[in-house]
Amino acid sequence: MGRIVLEKVSKSFGDVEVIPPLDLEINDGEFVVFVGPSGCGKSTLLRLIAGLEDVSGGRILIDDQDATAVPPAKRGLAMVFQSYALYPHMTVRKNIAFPLRMAGLDKAEQDRRVEQAAEVLNLTDYLDRRPGQLSGGQRQRVAIGRAIVREPAAFLFDEPLSNLDAALRVGMRLEISELHNRLGTTMIYVTHDQVEAMTMADKIVVLQAGVIEQVGSPLELYRAPRNKFVAGFIGSPKMNFIEGPEAEKHGAHTIGVRPEHIAASPSEGLWKGTVGVSEHLGSDTFFHVHVDGFAEPMTVRAGGEVGLRHGDTIHLTPEEDKIHRFDAAGLRIA
Amino acid sequence: MATQHSRSVARLMMAPAVVLLLGWMLVPLTMTLYFSFKKYLPLRGGDLGWVGFDNYVRFVTSSSFWPAVQATLVIVGGVLAITVVLGILLALLLDQPMWGQGVVRILVIAPFFVMPTVSALVWKNMFMDPVNGLFAHLWRFFGAEPISWLSEASMPSIVMIVSWQWLPFATLILLTAIQSLDSEQLEAAEMDGAPPLKRFFFIILPHLSRAITIVILIQTIFLLSIFAEIFVTTGGAFGTRTLTYLIYQRVLESQNVGLGSAGGVYAIILANIVAIFLMRIVGKNLDA
Repeated sequence: MGRIVLEKVSKSFGDVEVIPPLDLEINDGEFVVFVGPSGCGKSTLLRLIAGLEDVSGGRILIDDQDATAVPPAKRGLAMVFQSYALYPHMTVRKNIAFPLRMAGLDKAEQDRRVEQAAEVLNLTDYLDRRPGQLSGGQRQRVAIGRAIVREPAAFLFDEPLSNLDAALRVGMRLEISELHNRLGTTMIYVTHDQVEAMTMADKIVVLQAGVIEQVGSPLELYRAPRNKFVAGFIGSPKMNFIEGPEAEKHGAHTIGVRPEHIAASPSEGLWKGTVGVSEHLGSDTFFHVHVDGFAEPMTVRAGGEVGLRHGDTIHLTPEEDKIHRFDAAGLRIA
Repeated sequence: MATQHSRSVARLMMAPAVVLLLGWMLVPLTMTLYFSFKKYLPLRGGDLGWVGFDNYVRFVTSSSFWPAVQATLVIVGGVLAITVVLGILLALLLDQPMWGQGVVRILVIAPFFVMPTVSALVWKNMFMDPVNGLFAHLWRFFGAEPISWLSEASMPSIVMIVSWQWLPFATLILLTAIQSLDSEQLEAAEMDGAPPLKRFFFIILPHLSRAITIVILIQTIFLLSIFAEIFVTTGGAFGTRTLTYLIYQRVLESQNVGLGSAGGVYAIILANIVAIFLMRIVGKNLDA
């Protein structure tokens, strides 16, 4: 079981309130991702749940038990840290066995659980090495192994992939998702990378300045962002925002169009502009277009092999039903 | 850009320093070796010719040799134990965020800046004096008979003085080591269910092992040669005659340069054995 409920949880450091009172419900078995720009309080929120920071107000319920004053070790949660936080003087085996040893399990049971975790994570060949002799991805797996053996109610991940290179990150992303499918345990995952959030989450929590901007499944957030911040944060490349007369035509202060919802054509379209930078990725091409009359350049996704270059004239047509409208306060107009 | 040319220029530029250092080391070493094979009594006939290994045999068979070795080991061992244990505790304490941290740290380091002679005098006259010392007052305040520290408890007194001098050094090195510990490791251990004491033994202490070896290595080398503290306080009496002090007495008090030099050669050998031993430990530690 791993149902976590936050009731009016708030956190202040001295006079600075980093997290105003917030409510959040995390259901058993869910993969929840906290996402937001750096300094938005997502790591603090995770540390509050872990018990590494004390809440300034509110209650934390784990499986309907009040855990607000329970010390971290007794909450039944396991955490994977950004720096992995492996114990450098212990072998992989001892690292993974550490929580079991602290819990006072007998040696045979420790060995059995460590072997099991090592098998799940492909670490069997590395059990007698020290963390210093492992690659980044292997260290990451050891850190996950140390979390698994405790058989926790929920896993907490604090930006676990940010120290890995791009290729490894994609691989580890898959492995963590697979692990979640296999174990079915609640996982809370903190990242600033919206791609990680979109690909892994059952439920995304978008945070800004300690405030929850929106909670929903990845596609809900993509289709119906509640405000301009979420709209700009979810989706890659970023949504284009247009203000002024063009927005007023749609009865809004700002309209937003995603790069993938704009048709580009060399000859005809609604808006006319010139191509600035073009990024050819093979499967896709992204054009940065300076549209006449718009303040900001727009990003547009076109098919793989569109032959437009820097300085060419381009015509753009947004898909009418995919235009997002926002009022002056940045809130979505339904 | 280490071309042949620049390398030879570099050698030329370094030469004066190297020659000076070599001379500084080689001249006294050669002279010590030279005198150790001679019967040389400056006030009783001067140079009385070569005597082979006589001085070496006499030095180790003298009745004061083994007590001196023992005194040396007790002082070195005692000071090391006290400074390492208290150093770790003090470093842990100073690592805690507290009001006036900067001032406290400077105060803790202060004893290291006091000259050995001065600190020994201060301890001897201000604290340990059986009549006017602060300890004597303290003892009398509780109705106890003041201890004449330097004669009744000479060894503990000297260990105490020297520990006081070296504690800041140990604390400083151990404090920097503690500060380099990744706080996430401690948090991970906390989440893994390790209470504070276990966190100390399983995480902090292993992390400090390298710093502790360095403290032991450096202190041993310096502690083997402490002299001023003994000279000022007991003058080598009451069982506080270390090997260094014995050599001093042979050369200056007995005016037997040859015998003292032989003792000096023993001291060099002893120091080198310790150094090799400790270098190996440090080397092994640095590999891990």
